[in-house]
Amino acid sequence: MEALVAKGVTKRYTEHVALDDVSLTIPQQSIYGLLGPNGAGKTTLIRIVNQIINADAGEISIFGERLAEKHIGTIGYLPEERGLYKKLKVGEQLLYLAQLKGLSRSEALERSKKWITKFEIKDWWNKKVEDLSKGMAQKVQFISTVMHEPKLIILDEPFSGFDPVNAQLITENILELRDNGSTIIFSTHRMETVEDLCDHVALINKSKKIVEGTKKQIKDTYKSNSFEVLHKGSFTMNGAAEMVSQQKVEDDFYKTILKMNAGGSPNKLIGDLIAVTEVHSFIEKVPTMSEIFINLVKGKSDE
Amino acid sequence: MNKIWLIVQREFLNRVQKKSFLIATILVPLIFPAIIGGIVWFMIEEAKSAKAEVVHVLDESGRFEFKDSKKFTFLVESGALDQVKENYNKTQDFALLYIPTFELTNPSGLAMYTKENPSVEKVSDLENVLESRIRDLKLEQYNIDQKTLDGLKTKIDLKQINLSETGEEKNSNSGILYILDSFLGIMIYIFVLVYGIQIMHGVIDEKTSKIVEVIVSSVKPFQLMMGKIIGIASVGLLQFTIWILIGTFVTSSVLGYFGLKMPQQQMQEQVMSQLDAEDAAKVQETQSKGVTEFLGILGEIPFAKITFVFLFYFLGGYLLYGALFAAVGSAVDTIQEAQQFQFPITLPLLIGYMALFLVIVRDPHGPMSFWLSIIPFTSPVAMVGRIAFGVPTWELVLSMVLLVGGFIFTTWVAGRIYRVGILMSGTKVNYKVLAKWFMIKN
Repeated sequence: MEALVAKGVTKRYTEHVALDDVSLTIPQQSIYGLLGPNGAGKTTLIRIVNQIINADAGEISIFGERLAEKHIGTIGYLPEERGLYKKLKVGEQLLYLAQLKGLSRSEALERSKKWITKFEIKDWWNKKVEDLSKGMAQKVQFISTVMHEPKLIILDEPFSGFDPVNAQLITENILELRDNGSTIIFSTHRMETVEDLCDHVALINKSKKIVEGTKKQIKDTYKSNSFEVLHKGSFTMNGAAEMVSQQKVEDDFYKTILKMNAGGSPNKLIGDLIAVTEVHSFIEKVPTMSEIFINLVKGKSDE
Repeated sequence: MNKIWLIVQREFLNRVQKKSFLIATILVPLIFPAIIGGIVWFMIEEAKSAKAEVVHVLDESGRFEFKDSKKFTFLVESGALDQVKENYNKTQDFALLYIPTFELTNPSGLAMYTKENPSVEKVSDLENVLESRIRDLKLEQYNIDQKTLDGLKTKIDLKQINLSETGEEKNSNSGILYILDSFLGIMIYIFVLVYGIQIMHGVIDEKTSKIVEVIVSSVKPFQLMMGKIIGIASVGLLQFTIWILIGTFVTSSVLGYFGLKMPQQQMQEQVMSQLDAEDAAKVQETQSKGVTEFLGILGEIPFAKITFVFLFYFLGGYLLYGALFAAVGSAVDTIQEAQQFQFPITLPLLIGYMALFLVIVRDPHGPMSFWLSIIPFTSPVAMVGRIAFGVPTWELVLSMVLLVGGFIFTTWVAGRIYRVGILMSGTKVNYKVLAKWFMIKN
């Protein structure tokens, strides 16, 4: 079953269209990266999923059911613009936010105790948020997002402003939550996060979805069929592949970039290479998500 | 519904648990009586210790004879005006009064020289002295003696009786009602403004601390707004109840402890001591009649009805304006920015407040008072300002129904602006933008 399916979601404002016929399929237990430049419509989409605003058209179903008010407790949301009540104590804050998500007071108390012990911030229970460091406040925010054990967790730029230690802690907990059955949606433009964590990705640009799929599928789609070859002795090649560049590394060693022609296969190319040079390494040049992202966004904006 | 209740609780506790709430709640009812008591005490002390002012008199007409009074001691001078002025200048005395020869029919040229600007009160006291002497002179001229004059004086004290629809008679007294109604009107104005601004600050606070998006992912913006409004209203009601309790307790116990009496009683005793026995009996008779009458009027004021009406209009007015304050808070990022929108909101409230003194307590049944107490935006202050004077039931019911309709309307308008505004930050907001937000579909 899919964690979330969006079909033809559209949101118009008086002067612009924030989302134009966006459809997404987010599989259960995946870590799903929602990518796109600023203003592309990611936050609008997330707000629609959180029922903060309503879509003008389109349908959203969550775990097979049509999205409705009862699903508020199913979702945990950490917005990009996030904060806490400054004058409220950490404990009261956690209890309040969890109760708003539908937990009873005793459930909220039990789970918040569990989490603050896990995050080693037990001593902060009676401290006001304004007295916390930024890192501490971030831990509290994360706890409040996941405390009601949501099946779908939506994190909007979760690592912005996190120090590496906290980022590591959050990452570990995200993976643990996923392993325990939660589905996680990342909205980000930090490509290393996508590269490290996400298994599924969608790119939104100018209020339209451009690509969607597993990370592997997308990389396959946008790979350039280029290969980097380290070899002894120079050579030239015609036919099977086009030589992009060749440079000397040291002595008689060279690094050559080849672009395979359509219809060729890597195995055949290796065979051709062995005939003309001593091959030391043969690596397919896989584009990074960052390269794909930039190319797609730039390519589209040139139109 | 359950979630609104959670928010109400949170908003209530947030404020009630603050030290500033405790301080304000306890100190306000202590400070105001203390200030009023202090001022009254100083006034009494000053009146007691006040020395008579020395007035030099140069009377060229020779028609005046001055008797020293509590307020003035007169020093009769003679000689040329310039010389007298010079002499006066060497002293520290209050004034120099110059009276030239004058026509009785048209006295003019009388002058008063002082070193500082004298108070209006003292000048008029001195004028009274002069006028009464000239009047006496005129009486003499027209051959009217004091007895004839006293015979001409007639004093009528209208006993005010309200004839109700059932023909029942009730004592009433405009003076007492005037004070009571002004006070209630001011209270409504202050409460609505103070608590309304608290709502606005609460909303701005949620926006600047960026908690709001987390909250609205759990509850509807409208629930958040209503929770906040109701939560702060309950703080207001609690505070109000405590004030009344403390105020009543402190006033009665402090007055009792120091053996102080109400100012009227004190005055009465002073008057008595100055009169001889025969007059005293007469005064006592009329005085006690006055006191019984006063108590009678107090007894006839429908306090239960007034309290109910006061609470109704406090809540109604608060809800009406509270929603608007919430909308303003949602539209801006800082309190400074809020000011431009705050003024148009508070304007009708201010109109009600000013009309309270200029129109309503003077002419509580006039057309202006009627309309102001019917229109929802001014009715909280205006109706409370009229209520003790007696308002026909149909007017009261109409006004209440319109007020309820009014706050449902403002809450609806405010809710539409609020739901968009709280998620917008860094936007330059003007009325056009607000209108656009209002129009956005849900």
